[in-house]
Amino acid sequence: MVTTLDATVDQGLSIQTRSVGHWFDTKDGRLDVLEDVTLDVAPGEFVALLGPSGCGKSTLLRLIAGLDAPRTGKVGADKVRIVAPHPSRLLVFQDPTLYPWRTVRQNVALGLEATGQVKDSQERIDRALDLVGLRDFATALPNELSGGMAQRAALARVLVNNPRLLLLDEPLGKLDSLTRMTLQAELVRLWQDARFTTLLVTHDVEEALLLAERIIIFSPRPARIVREIRVDASYPRHRDAPELQALRREILVSLGHDHEL
Amino acid sequence: MNSIAQTDRFASLGGIRGNGPAFALAAPWKGGLAAAGAWSLTAVLTWAWPDLTPWPRTELLALLETGIALLLAGGALLGGPRLSVIYPYDRWFGALAAILALWQVLTAKTGLLPLPFFPPPQSILEVYTDDAARLFESVWRSLVLLIPGYVIGGALGFVTGASIGWSKAANYWGHPVLRFVGPLPATAWLPIAFFFFPGSHSASTFLVGLATFFPVAVLTASGVKGVNSAYYDIARTLGGSERFLILKVAVPAALPNVFVGLFMGLGSSFAVLIIAEMMGVKAGLGWYLQWAQGWAAYANLYGALIVMALLFSGLISLLFHVRDRVLAWQKGIVRW
Repeated sequence: MVTTLDATVDQGLSIQTRSVGHWFDTKDGRLDVLEDVTLDVAPGEFVALLGPSGCGKSTLLRLIAGLDAPRTGKVGADKVRIVAPHPSRLLVFQDPTLYPWRTVRQNVALGLEATGQVKDSQERIDRALDLVGLRDFATALPNELSGGMAQRAALARVLVNNPRLLLLDEPLGKLDSLTRMTLQAELVRLWQDARFTTLLVTHDVEEALLLAERIIIFSPRPARIVREIRVDASYPRHRDAPELQALRREILVSLGHDHEL
Repeated sequence: MNSIAQTDRFASLGGIRGNGPAFALAAPWKGGLAAAGAWSLTAVLTWAWPDLTPWPRTELLALLETGIALLLAGGALLGGPRLSVIYPYDRWFGALAAILALWQVLTAKTGLLPLPFFPPPQSILEVYTDDAARLFESVWRSLVLLIPGYVIGGALGFVTGASIGWSKAANYWGHPVLRFVGPLPATAWLPIAFFFFPGSHSASTFLVGLATFFPVAVLTASGVKGVNSAYYDIARTLGGSERFLILKVAVPAALPNVFVGLFMGLGSSFAVLIIAEMMGVKAGLGWYLQWAQGWAAYANLYGALIVMALLFSGLISLLFHVRDRVLAWQKGIVRW
């Protein structure tokens, strides 16, 4: 079983945001989604961005990916301003968004193809498929895969490029609970082995507690940082651990759900 | 006993051979035998029932019908699993024999349907035996007009549509033109085309191209515009250049639409082709139809229509075959 892609793995990126604000112009006027977001993420850190659905967390990921530019404030990686997408900062969406006309293997090869390295990287693609347990499905088409397998393929598609920052936008949100638990464990293993920085957007408190070293809690839209919580428990974590249960209550109160206690 | 009956049943359904000397034991294709019987009956009718006024190709027709009956019987008894693709069509084979018989009864045998408007099948057979050279020439001339125009129009339509779908500037200038000029049927351009082009051949190629161009351009453009924007986000973060985004994302994602455009374009190019041949080119199947009408040669007219149906249906089948190969990843597509 292969566990990492390369013997020498680049260190994770550090991320800085400074007073980031963002809004969309809609026909009903300006829709504010981010407000004064200042955040530092250390290299190799696993940080969860937790907040109500639709609050603007995903927009923050798009800004860090370089797909959109912030209206106000600055976003940087390793203290260099982000102005465009780069293969060192890769996104995984809630939907796997595999290209349906490509096989699993061709989907995984996408980034290497885009940067002209695909010819020398066949072994690398095999290892990425091994890493997510899809070697036997290399020639399958996306519509032949289950939801969990498709999301694994989407993970392999980014991991094969050796990203220094992984931006996960509720990647397990649409999976059934058993598949989700398996993939949560795999995410932790991949992160521990490869040492990339990870930003996980989620609205699942338990998922944030199981995976992240630090949890940033956002307000409803426009998203502002309400609170930060450090999770010191060692991995692999267990969802019933009392210390996590205590943090869970604390987080729910911060999210305004104290009535559920 | 029971198990043998079951084996026979499966053999006749899916063409599975039993153990041992399989061919002898395999159950025959019963529907095929029934169809062979129907064709034999039709052959007997053609042969034994004298024509009202003798047609020169009645014997040949009876011979052909016998041949088809023998082929069906042979296939039913010896074909085995190799012929299983045609097994479901046994009722069609039978029905064709019945239609041919009825047609002869109504025309050659009793004259219930008047000549020259309702020629018997033997006179259409005569067209194929005696006028084959002219028909082949017409098919060839039609293809020579159709295919270059279709290929050029399809290619230009694809490039135009992809540009309009991709680039804001191309969309700004191109889309209104497509909206304004596109609904004009290509046949409306006929007088102008025949005036501007040096010959009727190049004018017709232009018209066929035009008829193909618009549906391909419109559907390619809407296909490219409709690509899931997350596909582009993925490619951009992975380091894809604009060229990569167009060739590896926009075009493959839009291909299902492109094929719909090619299908529509092929249909309208047939219409234009036939009219152009009738109006100006004086060659091809369209011209053959008009020539036959001029001589009140209705058998030739029907004969050419059958050839045309085979040709055009074959071309559309070819296009769908190509599409099924190219879009094998797609499921639930329209079947032809």
